[in-house]
Amino acid sequence: MVRKLFIANRGEIACRIQRTCKRLGIPTVAAYSDADKDALFVQQADESVHIGPPPVSASYLNIEAIVAGAVKTGADAIHPGYGLLSENADFAEAVRAAGLVFVGPPVEAMRAMANKVEARQRMQAAGLPIVPGSTGGVDSPEDAVLVANRIGYPIMLKASSGGGGIGMQIVRSDDELKKAFAGNSARAKSYFGDGQLFLEKYVEHPHHVEIQVFFDQMGNGIYLGDRECSIQRRHQKVVEEAPSPFVPTSLMETMGEAAVRAAASIGYVGAGTFEFLVDANLSYYFLEMNTRLQVEHPVTEQIAGVDLVEWQLAIASGQALPMRQSEVQLNGHSIEVRLYAEDPIRGLPSPGTLTRLDLPKDPAVRLEMGYRASDVVTPFYDPLLGKLVVTAETREGAVQLLQKALAQCRVEGIKTNLPRLVDIAKDPRFLEGVTTTDFLETMTLNDSVR
Amino acid sequence: MSDVRASMAGTVFQVLVAVGDSVQAGQDVVVLESMKMEVPVTSESSGTVREVRIAVGDFVNEEDVLVVLD
Repeated sequence: MVRKLFIANRGEIACRIQRTCKRLGIPTVAAYSDADKDALFVQQADESVHIGPPPVSASYLNIEAIVAGAVKTGADAIHPGYGLLSENADFAEAVRAAGLVFVGPPVEAMRAMANKVEARQRMQAAGLPIVPGSTGGVDSPEDAVLVANRIGYPIMLKASSGGGGIGMQIVRSDDELKKAFAGNSARAKSYFGDGQLFLEKYVEHPHHVEIQVFFDQMGNGIYLGDRECSIQRRHQKVVEEAPSPFVPTSLMETMGEAAVRAAASIGYVGAGTFEFLVDANLSYYFLEMNTRLQVEHPVTEQIAGVDLVEWQLAIASGQALPMRQSEVQLNGHSIEVRLYAEDPIRGLPSPGTLTRLDLPKDPAVRLEMGYRASDVVTPFYDPLLGKLVVTAETREGAVQLLQKALAQCRVEGIKTNLPRLVDIAKDPRFLEGVTTTDFLETMTLNDSVR
Repeated sequence: MSDVRASMAGTVFQVLVAVGDSVQAGQDVVVLESMKMEVPVTSESSGTVREVRIAVGDFVNEEDVLVVLD
């Protein structure tokens, strides 16, 4: 097993990984920038290493400083969390070149999924249905218009190396496409170092459903059910639940088996997630694979009764998967909501000091927080403050718990999306489990938000 | 005379106008960046830029005056 774990991440996911390590008796090392020197995850770590100034390019994306910090502190493994360097194959390579264990998949599997255009082609070849779109990238607005007219509008314009919704836009005409092309390409270039764009047919009113897969180094692979993640803003998730209230079990199993076969085809190891769109006719289409732990992994843990971080560490150490597919049992219903430091109406970031942060004390509510009251939320990083996860035997029970838990939350000092979460938890469509990716755009704002 | 104010707290990512420029209502004058998000700040009125109170890299709070128009 891992002897000492270096966590190359921050905020709630660093705290989450530390908790499992504490239970397993594995000491942790936190990496922190100047902006995070007093952060919860630094104080909770057994050791900490300063890795640079606040901007991510100089700290949390600084491969040299992170690997050097791990070597200096005698860690034998690095967990990348999610976001930041977690899907960066060069980072995984540098970690392994330094003689450390990278808690993640092989470099080749990361590279195969990193470019969305190549991933589409590989996964189609591995038998997954894909959304109709451009075969490769499109190089110019003119090229894009030609392809768009072949597929038909509306079209989703996407960045080949994209993630987090950046560089993505729905376009409904030649004019909109031409207008959106340059800006999205420039954004993709500045965020991902690659301005290439590609096109997909926009699936109207889809559900975003994903499958959690897990593979060990011996080639054993399983899936752990699905997650419904359709409630999103700016293509980033806000509410996730497991199982999906929309997807029938038979379809979940079909998608799960297809995902396991596809992951096996690229020699996958560790935790991975296949993201799919599911349309009203229950047709499903591969979107992308995330070669890391997801933000929303707790809802799967809750219904599968497992600790996915523990599995990651065990598998990275060469151990076999602790269960076979036939032993996977999914019980109950779990819902996660993400608490963001942002204006609940406009969605604009709201950094500042958390003068008050009251959270539910009910042990049935699992809290995954990266901040405490009196902490400063800086403008340098993702606005995620933390997550509330509720689990009950039924979806109705989980929704009731969620409503109660949110009513007990008070946040002052900065703006958060809490009022919006309160409204979502009472929205008739949410109560019925009818959630599509346009949920928030088409939501009526209630008094709690105003 | 009118002010263009910051729509959120963050860092000035781009300044799109200079003193003496004429600005139309609805035009983006500054781009702010916060929490991995770039947000253009739009002028609500037309006029000539009299003063630019910020520079790229400055930190601003919500409602801070960024640009003054005549």
